[in-house]
Amino acid sequence: MTTHSLNRRDFLRTALTASGALVFEIALPGCGAGFKSFGMVKRADGGADFVPNAFIKIGTDDKVSFVLDRVEMGQGTMTSSAQLVAEELEIAPADLGVELAGASAAYNNTALQMQLTGGSTSVVSSFTSLRTAAAIAREMLRTAASRTWGVALSECKAENGAIIHVPTGKSLRYGALAKTAASIEVDTPKLKERKDWKYIGKPVTRRDARMKVDGSAIYGMDVVLPNMRTAVIIRAPGVGAKLQGFKAQEALKDPGVEAVFEIPNAVAVVAKSYWRARKAAEKVVVTWSASDPGVDSVLLAAAYRERVSRDASVIHAIGNDDDAVKNAQKTIEAVYELPYLAHTTMEPQNATAWVHDGKCDVWAPTQSPSLAAEAVRKVTGISMDDISVKQTLLGGGFGRRIQQDYVEEAAQVAMRVKYPVKVVWSREDDMKNDGYRPMATSAMRGTVDKKGAISSWSHRIATQSIVAQSGPFLAAFAPHATPIVAKMQMGALGGGLAGLAARGGITDPTSIEGAAEIPYDIPAFKIELAPIEPLVTVGSWRSVGVSHTIFVVESFIDELAHAAGLDPFEARRKLMKKGSPELRVLELAADKAGWSTPARAGLFRGIAVAKAFNSYCAQVAEISVDPVRGLKVERVVAAIDCGTVVNPDIVKMQIESSIGYGLSAAMRQEITFKKGVVEQSNFHDFPPLRMHEMPVVEVHIVDSKEPPTGVGEPGLPPIAPAVANAIFAATGKRIRRLPFSVSAKELLR
Amino acid sequence: MIELTVNGQTRTVDVPADTPLLWVLREELGLNGTKFGCGIAQCGACTVHVNGEPVRSCVTPVGEVDKKPILTIEGLATGGNLHPLQQAWIDEGVPQCGYCQSGQIMSALGLLKRVPKPTDEDIDAVLSANICRCGTYCRIRKAVHRAADNMTPEASPPKKPAEGAPAMKVGK
Repeated sequence: MTTHSLNRRDFLRTALTASGALVFEIALPGCGAGFKSFGMVKRADGGADFVPNAFIKIGTDDKVSFVLDRVEMGQGTMTSSAQLVAEELEIAPADLGVELAGASAAYNNTALQMQLTGGSTSVVSSFTSLRTAAAIAREMLRTAASRTWGVALSECKAENGAIIHVPTGKSLRYGALAKTAASIEVDTPKLKERKDWKYIGKPVTRRDARMKVDGSAIYGMDVVLPNMRTAVIIRAPGVGAKLQGFKAQEALKDPGVEAVFEIPNAVAVVAKSYWRARKAAEKVVVTWSASDPGVDSVLLAAAYRERVSRDASVIHAIGNDDDAVKNAQKTIEAVYELPYLAHTTMEPQNATAWVHDGKCDVWAPTQSPSLAAEAVRKVTGISMDDISVKQTLLGGGFGRRIQQDYVEEAAQVAMRVKYPVKVVWSREDDMKNDGYRPMATSAMRGTVDKKGAISSWSHRIATQSIVAQSGPFLAAFAPHATPIVAKMQMGALGGGLAGLAARGGITDPTSIEGAAEIPYDIPAFKIELAPIEPLVTVGSWRSVGVSHTIFVVESFIDELAHAAGLDPFEARRKLMKKGSPELRVLELAADKAGWSTPARAGLFRGIAVAKAFNSYCAQVAEISVDPVRGLKVERVVAAIDCGTVVNPDIVKMQIESSIGYGLSAAMRQEITFKKGVVEQSNFHDFPPLRMHEMPVVEVHIVDSKEPPTGVGEPGLPPIAPAVANAIFAATGKRIRRLPFSVSAKELLR
Repeated sequence: MIELTVNGQTRTVDVPADTPLLWVLREELGLNGTKFGCGIAQCGACTVHVNGEPVRSCVTPVGEVDKKPILTIEGLATGGNLHPLQQAWIDEGVPQCGYCQSGQIMSALGLLKRVPKPTDEDIDAVLSANICRCGTYCRIRKAVHRAADNMTPEASPPKKPAEGAPAMKVGK
């Protein structure tokens, strides 16, 4: 949780527009808080500029709107942020206009500050500041009304977009008060008490629902500009392949094709439309050097397995696990393997750029307008002041759009032409050129002592560092991760330190989060990391490190429980700290799933729990295994503790979504390489879950008064181990490799 | 020249006959509600109706739909009133990122035309052909049932008016 004591001058400024609208400019702390302080940004001359990233606008026409520059990728930020504003401003959420910053002409900040939506932080970071800004607005309006009427402030009440004089019942709409209110100074008011909340904690209808059912929502793919052209990029066919040359004569004969030229290690085909560009690209003859044959899943799997058979850097250890092995009744050893994964957002990557008059305008479905601007600056050399990034809706994010490769490409192409150009990726482009979830192999050793207690835990991970490739991005992104991160002061982790991380000099927290601290009190504990750096591009994939570590931790604790002859739920409960949030969600999920009573005939249960993004989520999966139909996850009962809930329906959506996304990966998705080339290309060979396979999901939310914590990702890590543990309950076969599809064949024999 | 009748309007386009209908709708006619997801009829994001039947517009050559009536998501609401499917989608809180939902709704429309009161199995059988990466499947199923209930003559019309933000504008 990012905490700031809010000083009004630091984060709020009021202004009156020419048309008389009162505008509250707000600087929200975000993921970038550790990057550059929010609100005031120092200028070279020693002064400081105020950099707002949200606005509340009260027009004299009584239109009240809220402009937000946080991105909406499906996680519901537009709605939950509006609820926070509506609550303190005393206006019905439905009466509050909500716009994305990029869609507003008024918004023209060129990303002086790191803005990034990721790490499940949107509500976390704006929970206090948005409400405070709205409360200041409300107080200014109340004061304006009391002065207009010449009555005591205490007699003026804000309600439904108007100030009411309680004794007489007369009222003035906010619009009528906007001008007067603009010049009024108020102290930072006390926020409403929880018991008085009208909108926070309620399942308010999503603000983006209507535009997403009538075809009017504008994603990056839908950006249309006058005179715009579309570009298709021909990229390297595999890892390490370098462009040798190309022949474009045939392609250039196609009608509508405007240009074919080289951009860094790729060829751009620009045409009047996507389809013309795509067809022409097929006619460009490109020569590449060979891809790296060492990047091969068979070789990598063997190398990772070999690496975890030897000692690695000890990140953290307590007790002596070698002694525990000597004194053990049982020693369990197991190797777990998880593959590379693509994000495959429904909307393939794309970006539109227009270089004109020494400036560059970009329209992009990016998770970070700031990083997009930085990408443009790097490519074009245009100064940040002349770069404008306009936000569109995102057709899914899942971490993919923290990377800015599509923005770089759009800028590279736009540099060479005189018109706006939209770079559009095909699904194949998208799947073969992702920043993948890193492959990870874990060697586990655990013991049960002579009294039957779980006595030691050793976990050695071989994986690829995300930070090493995207250090500056992650520097601002990772403080959620683990206490180790805090110690490392990730804010300082720039390019040089990222290089060090790649060489194993420092620990990439995303490699070990979820494994470095487990919720089980085991006398001997050791976590080791062996960084491996193949040339594969990796990135943040929904829930990042815990997407692989929790599968291992929660499967192996299950193995140890069975070795100790204990019920998997009871074994966990015994090892957890009394009163801990992990235990609370574990017990809630078990209780709601009816763990203490046997499952219906033919159904088998598994349980798992995770801490992620400072939230806690436990899940009980109920599966059936049918010789004909195969494995089916019938029901998932989830319990989540994410602190104070702003919109319970959005929390439920995010848990359902995380389960669908995590189950897709667990059941049958993997990216594999053959001689440097990605073997998958589209949804037929990287198949996501489909409707008939989606389990019924029940979500139970812990009633909490703690500050809000992450919601978009914590529902993901428990699903794979919960199902794998249920498979063990059903068949006695332990799944130690994802996806299941590989091992499920055996399972059904 | 190819003559298209889209959402009741006649439009002519000058494109090669093998151009997929999807790209004609999006790039020639400015109907961007129909989405590009995979290009190989795997995900259903591009679903529109031709002659009253749902088709995958990403693999439908425009030459094949000459003069046939085409319905896209933009043509589903009538006179500002959302179709019961669209309203049900809002009421059940279906859309998250929303990118696949035009196609989901158009596929569901095809189902309800054939099977006015579908079972879960009927819904699964048709909508399993549409991919959603946000995992909204359970809510889609509920929304189809809700829409089916609201579309039958004896049932009351959708209870509440459309709610939500007005259509988006992109800044220039």
